[in-house]
Amino acid sequence: MGRWLARRVVQALLTFVLALTLLFALMRLAPGDPIQRLEGERPMSKAEIARLRERFGVDQPIWRQYRTFLGGVARGDLGTSIEYNRPVTAMLLERLPATVLLGATVILVNFTLGIWLGVRQARRRGSREDRLLTTASLAGHAMPSFWLGLVLAWLVGVRLRWLPSAGFSNPLLGPDAPLSARAGDVAAHLVLPALTLILVTLAGTMRFQRAAMLEVLRLPYIVTARAKGVAERGVTWRHAWRNALFPMVTLFGLWLPLLVTGSVFVEAVFAWPGLGSLAASAAGNRDYPLLMGTAILAGALLVGASLATDLAYAALDPRVRLS
Amino acid sequence: MNPLLAAVRTAIRDPRGRAGLAFLAILALLTLVAPIFLPDPAAQPDPLGASNLPPSLMHLFGTDALSRDVLSRVVWGARVSLAIALLAVALSISLGALVGIAAGYFGGAVDSALMRLVDGALAVPRLFLLLLVLAVWEQIPVAMLVLFIGVTGWFGTSRLVRAEVLRIREESYVRAAEALGAPRRRIIFRHLLPNALGPLLVAATLGVGDVILVEAGLSFLGLGVQPPTPSWGGMILDAKSVLVTAPWNAIFPGLAILGTVIAANLFGDALRDAVDPRGA
Amino acid sequence: MSRVLEVENLRVSFPAEGGHRVHAVDGVSFTLDRGEMLALVGESGCGKSLTSLALLRLVPGPGRIDPGGAIRLGDIDVLHLEGEPLRRIRGKRIGMIFQDPMTSLNPVFTVGDQISEGVRAHLPVSKREARDRALHLLQEVGIPDPVARLDAYPHQLSGGMRQRVMIAIALSAEPEILVADEPTTALDVTVQAQILEVLDRLRASHGMAVLLITHDLGIVAGRADRVAVMYAGQIVEEAPTPALFARPSHPYTQGLFASVPRLHGPVERLKPIGGSVPPPSAWPSGCRFRPRCPKAFDKCGAMPPLLPLEPAHRMRCWLAETERS
Repeated sequence: MGRWLARRVVQALLTFVLALTLLFALMRLAPGDPIQRLEGERPMSKAEIARLRERFGVDQPIWRQYRTFLGGVARGDLGTSIEYNRPVTAMLLERLPATVLLGATVILVNFTLGIWLGVRQARRRGSREDRLLTTASLAGHAMPSFWLGLVLAWLVGVRLRWLPSAGFSNPLLGPDAPLSARAGDVAAHLVLPALTLILVTLAGTMRFQRAAMLEVLRLPYIVTARAKGVAERGVTWRHAWRNALFPMVTLFGLWLPLLVTGSVFVEAVFAWPGLGSLAASAAGNRDYPLLMGTAILAGALLVGASLATDLAYAALDPRVRLS
Repeated sequence: MNPLLAAVRTAIRDPRGRAGLAFLAILALLTLVAPIFLPDPAAQPDPLGASNLPPSLMHLFGTDALSRDVLSRVVWGARVSLAIALLAVALSISLGALVGIAAGYFGGAVDSALMRLVDGALAVPRLFLLLLVLAVWEQIPVAMLVLFIGVTGWFGTSRLVRAEVLRIREESYVRAAEALGAPRRRIIFRHLLPNALGPLLVAATLGVGDVILVEAGLSFLGLGVQPPTPSWGGMILDAKSVLVTAPWNAIFPGLAILGTVIAANLFGDALRDAVDPRGA
Repeated sequence: MSRVLEVENLRVSFPAEGGHRVHAVDGVSFTLDRGEMLALVGESGCGKSLTSLALLRLVPGPGRIDPGGAIRLGDIDVLHLEGEPLRRIRGKRIGMIFQDPMTSLNPVFTVGDQISEGVRAHLPVSKREARDRALHLLQEVGIPDPVARLDAYPHQLSGGMRQRVMIAIALSAEPEILVADEPTTALDVTVQAQILEVLDRLRASHGMAVLLITHDLGIVAGRADRVAVMYAGQIVEEAPTPALFARPSHPYTQGLFASVPRLHGPVERLKPIGGSVPPPSAWPSGCRFRPRCPKAFDKCGAMPPLLPLEPAHRMRCWLAETERS
């Protein structure tokens, strides 16, 4: 098991380096010179241009640029933002908590509500409830997250004024306000962006869990469980669900990218100060280093999640663990 | 009968497939006849006179801030979105099939190398790859948009095709062909490819839905289809500033996206069940 | 001699194209006495597995048991039970083992867990007590090193051991009847004999009645007390085992015996039964074996009931009227 773990970790690192290489290649092969483009946007002196050139190392041979790039990532140095003139890493770390809060909330709801609904649907296959939920998930899956966000922001935030529709917290609530008030305020701001992401991802979770459960419920050992007198609830949750959990672990690995991508749009719409909105504005500003930084972080996150998924699989499935 | 055609037939008989295909067909028809019936929305007749009007008999979907009829913009936007989706998906599928077949058939080092590459590429979410590539331009040419969306979308397909190829390789008729000394190219084109077409078609259909969402998102961020060419995502971006006063500007293009993607997914699901009845 | 099971006119139907239903099990009746082994023999598709599943009301949907029949355990009719009372007979009064122990055991739970679960489903014992009982059961079914095996997972055991585990699970709540659906089909020949021996031993020690479902006449000889042969959803011949083997009377049974290769005696050409088993949708009216029967005559156009031949030997064939000894 230890050997397998070591191998998986090495594999993950390799994949990450490959991803970095791909990003580097994209950056260098993309037509146009980022510095040149900047020149077009605002007037700069020759000295400034030269300094930028040196800083971004665009005049070095390509393999050396690659080495500098990799070395930088390894050290945690992701360059400097052109727009804000601040180290990218610092900016990313600053915005990380907000995205983690949003992401964790969405994941939590998906893993509880989504799984429960999916299992329910499978047990009540063909019922009206099942068909309704299936239709709803079809719609949820097909919805552009930014549009849903706008609609919710307009409906709930502006029209009905039930919840705030922008930002992380009320700027008027100072740091000396009681913790509960501040926490409540952030929670209120969290609702709409989280709801948007939840609606879009829940659909997929339910569908997947339903399909996994249906597959498992067909298997012979379910008949055995019933034949020995296990109650229906035990059959559903203890026997069937435990086995239908495996695809869910894979699902987590598959849908984390959806979450990361979705958060770009949702955070942008709701002005939620996280990594997603940072990436969106970096794209809009053509702030290459910052954009690259967010891409690298996203890649690291996904590779890490994939590794965690494999570990979870091994922990849950004795067939993998003991071979 | 050609198994592919049979699968499409079965999918059409499925009520879901019928509904999805019908919607897409109507939409396609609309985009083709649009130039005849609807005014060209790139032309801006009366900048301020009829701006932000609510839906009425004259303007079924209302007008936007520049007095353009939203309905015609949605239909014209459909032309752009559907065209981009079809072209980009065609590119993705072709690349995916190529890589998948190469990896599955040749195996060994080729397979390892290709799949490692795919793993690495899949590590970065597609949106970020696209943002990085497209942020280089000030005004992104549509051709580049199609190219890059296509080029970033083949990774999953290649894995799918590779799995199919590995499965089919082991089937007796392929082994028989190899034993008879059939040249590689013949085996690939005559045996492997036709059998992989089913899943490929499913991937293509579902891919169309995906690309529409991707392109809309990019346009919403300003990195997709550039104005004044109408696009659904771009319309929603423009609608942001007048959301409170003229919500129809955002609602209708969004519904168009929703409808089209649902239709593509419905047809794709029906196709998938037709190609692989086991999974129903 | 106490009767433990009485099945009367059991019918299981499935929806077919065109809206009507086909009866994969069509009016099956039999009885089981304490300690007795009845073998239900037939080819695949004759309905024998469905019959066994019906006893525990485990017929997979969209199939269903049609009204008009009865499955009596003493004075309880299983067909009239629902919910908790039904759950209570599963495992406690009737236990069941299945054909393929690899897929019939849950891969993520240990063997000990799965047996204990069966115990605790019916007996109010603690986890520790259930585990002890599981250990005892593993010993009873002849598994070597049972203590270690308790914590093993199904994939870590051989096919024969897995089947023994299945038997242990089926016995966990001490049922009076054991239904064994093709228990040896998925096993090697040498292991088959061992499993059958385990079943024999348990019959003797617990006084358990066994319904053995199989397509293999060979394992029936010298083991089962009585045999019932099924064809196209019906029982076509029923007799004590020695009588059936000495004098197979129904043309189908005769065909079955003739098509089994023999190790002793001169090597003859095998005589298969012409034609193939028709699917339920293609069953002829009248005797279902008629299209393939070498002895068919006009009366066979009407469905024969089970007619007596000798005491305790019946067959579903008009020839019984003339062949009565």
